[in-house]
Amino acid sequence: MKRVVNQSISIRRRLLLQLLLVAILLSGLLYLSVRTVADSAVERTQDSILGAATIAIAEELRGGEEGVAVDIPYTAFSMLGSIGQDRVFYRITIGDETVTGYDELALPTEPLNGLTPLFYDDAYRGLLVRAAAVERSVLVNGKALPVRVIVAQTRTSQETIVASLAERAALLGIGFFVIAVGLSLLTARLVVKPVSSLVEAVGRRGPQDLRPVQRPVPRELVPLVTALNGFMSRLSVALSRTETFIAEAAHHIRTPLATLRAQAEIALRQTENEEARQTIRSMIRSVDTSARSAGQMLEHAAVVFRSDQRADEQIDLSLLVEDITESYEPSAEMKGVRLVCLPHAQDITVDADRILLEAALRNLIDNAIKYTPKDGLVEVSVISADGFARLEVKDSGRGLFGAQAAQLTGRFQRGANVEDVVGSGLGLTIVKEVARSLNGRFEIVEREEGGTCAALYVPLRSR
Amino acid sequence: MRFLLVEDNSDLALSVQKRLSLDGHGVDWAASLADAEDHLAAASYDLILLDIMLPDGDGRDFLASHRRAQRDTPVIVMTARSAVSDRGALLDTGADDYVTKPFDFEELEARVRAVLRRRSGVSQTRMTFADLTFDPLGATVSFAHETRELRSRELRLFEVLISAPDRIFSKGQLCDRLFSASEAVTDNAIEVYVGRLRKKLEGSGAKIETVRGVGYRLTAA
Repeated sequence: MKRVVNQSISIRRRLLLQLLLVAILLSGLLYLSVRTVADSAVERTQDSILGAATIAIAEELRGGEEGVAVDIPYTAFSMLGSIGQDRVFYRITIGDETVTGYDELALPTEPLNGLTPLFYDDAYRGLLVRAAAVERSVLVNGKALPVRVIVAQTRTSQETIVASLAERAALLGIGFFVIAVGLSLLTARLVVKPVSSLVEAVGRRGPQDLRPVQRPVPRELVPLVTALNGFMSRLSVALSRTETFIAEAAHHIRTPLATLRAQAEIALRQTENEEARQTIRSMIRSVDTSARSAGQMLEHAAVVFRSDQRADEQIDLSLLVEDITESYEPSAEMKGVRLVCLPHAQDITVDADRILLEAALRNLIDNAIKYTPKDGLVEVSVISADGFARLEVKDSGRGLFGAQAAQLTGRFQRGANVEDVVGSGLGLTIVKEVARSLNGRFEIVEREEGGTCAALYVPLRSR
Repeated sequence: MRFLLVEDNSDLALSVQKRLSLDGHGVDWAASLADAEDHLAAASYDLILLDIMLPDGDGRDFLASHRRAQRDTPVIVMTARSAVSDRGALLDTGADDYVTKPFDFEELEARVRAVLRRRSGVSQTRMTFADLTFDPLGATVSFAHETRELRSRELRLFEVLISAPDRIFSKGQLCDRLFSASEAVTDNAIEVYVGRLRKKLEGSGAKIETVRGVGYRLTAA
């Protein structure tokens, strides 16, 4: 079947895209928040060590007669140094005057609050440092002087820690993203699953199966299934109406024709006059022609109608050929034509619509008998060749008079040499239609020894 | 032969009845399935000709119950439907054969003969004339320990002639029995078959005599 549906973006892909977008956002957010928390935690830890060292120094300040004495407690520095390769600077001032230490260390810009350390960032000799400052009053000569202690430390080790934490945060974010992608794929599949299983269930149906879909579906799909069922029931009504129409049309055309024909035959029996007899005969031929045309038109309609909804089954062609051939024996006998079904070597099985195949074969045999003179021979056979079953009907009839298959299979086209035989010009059209529908082909050629050979090819059942 | 014709269209039924009686068959007509049951209860038939669409039911249902009841009168269905959809179903329900309306009576007769031959194998009714024994279903004529097979049209020609020995049949009458009414033949086409049949009868106690200007008849030699 041809695809006529325009594809828009698939639900699955759209859902997946949205879920992935959310996953990216969440992963980024996770990364950022972990980093922020980690950074501030590291900084707080560092600050508290730095603050403790600063306070430790401040507590060693002692006043005296001449000035301030400080016994720098090196344990304080070792505490700081234990963290890494950082360098530590200090400065002790009374007012703005440096007592000892590195007097290029910047003083805090904000007022200090006793031994509560004030932390700030600074650049010392081009190095980024973190500084802590405290203030303590020291009695010098009975006078209380504000002494400030500033300790600064380079940030190398802090940055190292932060970098390693950032790396972990990034890994965490990526891990989260990967898991989210997996879950998104799963979700997308689960969401689409009822749709695809519905599609599968409907697609698996045979062409004649127009029963409503009854499997449970998610609430969101109920309107679709309802619409589908409504459509199928309308289709089913339309199809049965078509079939009824074909049957009734046939009945209403054929019954009066049958009456007319029977009465004409009675008239023929009761007439001795040769001229009148010929007239009645030609009348009967006309009845046959119209019955044949009506029948073939309806059959053609039925075949076309059926081509779109084949009901394939496994068919043993040899049996089918024997059956159909046998049903034509009385017709052949009447015409004095010998009808033979040639024996076949092996089973030949095809997957095809039985009614279509029968229609084709009946038309071929019917044609062969019609165009073969008395004492002629019609041979029906089936062989397999190159993946195809070849149904062949050979006759010793009048041949094609040079007509080509393409001409003969056209609608209402008949050969040039058939004026005297009742026909509708649809028989081979039907055969060709069947060949097309069954993915096979049809060939008709004139035999060298006279007569015609018609062959219908149908793909063999794949094993 | 005796037929039961089950057909609701009276025009068609009457003409079929008349047409078959011209060939010497007896035909009872039933216009409905109930009517058909009545006939079958009262008489026996060689063959039932059954229409499908009947006022009181579907001919196929009748066929199915006919077969279930183990009645073995052969049935030939007359269908108006396109053969595409019906054939398999008809033969499955137990019809022996079918003809599509409008049907050719010669073809119908050929099918009847085939059905009866398939059913019994041998003819119930052999006919004799002079030293001849004729088996219409077996399509043979025998005399003096010799059996000769008759081809289709020879058979029908002989059947007509032996049905009324010594009666003269015109070429036209014989032609009507031998050829389908739709065949484009002239009455002289009969001569070929008369010639062939004469050869088959050579040496027997019967012969086909030409009555100049009138026709032919079967007489004792």
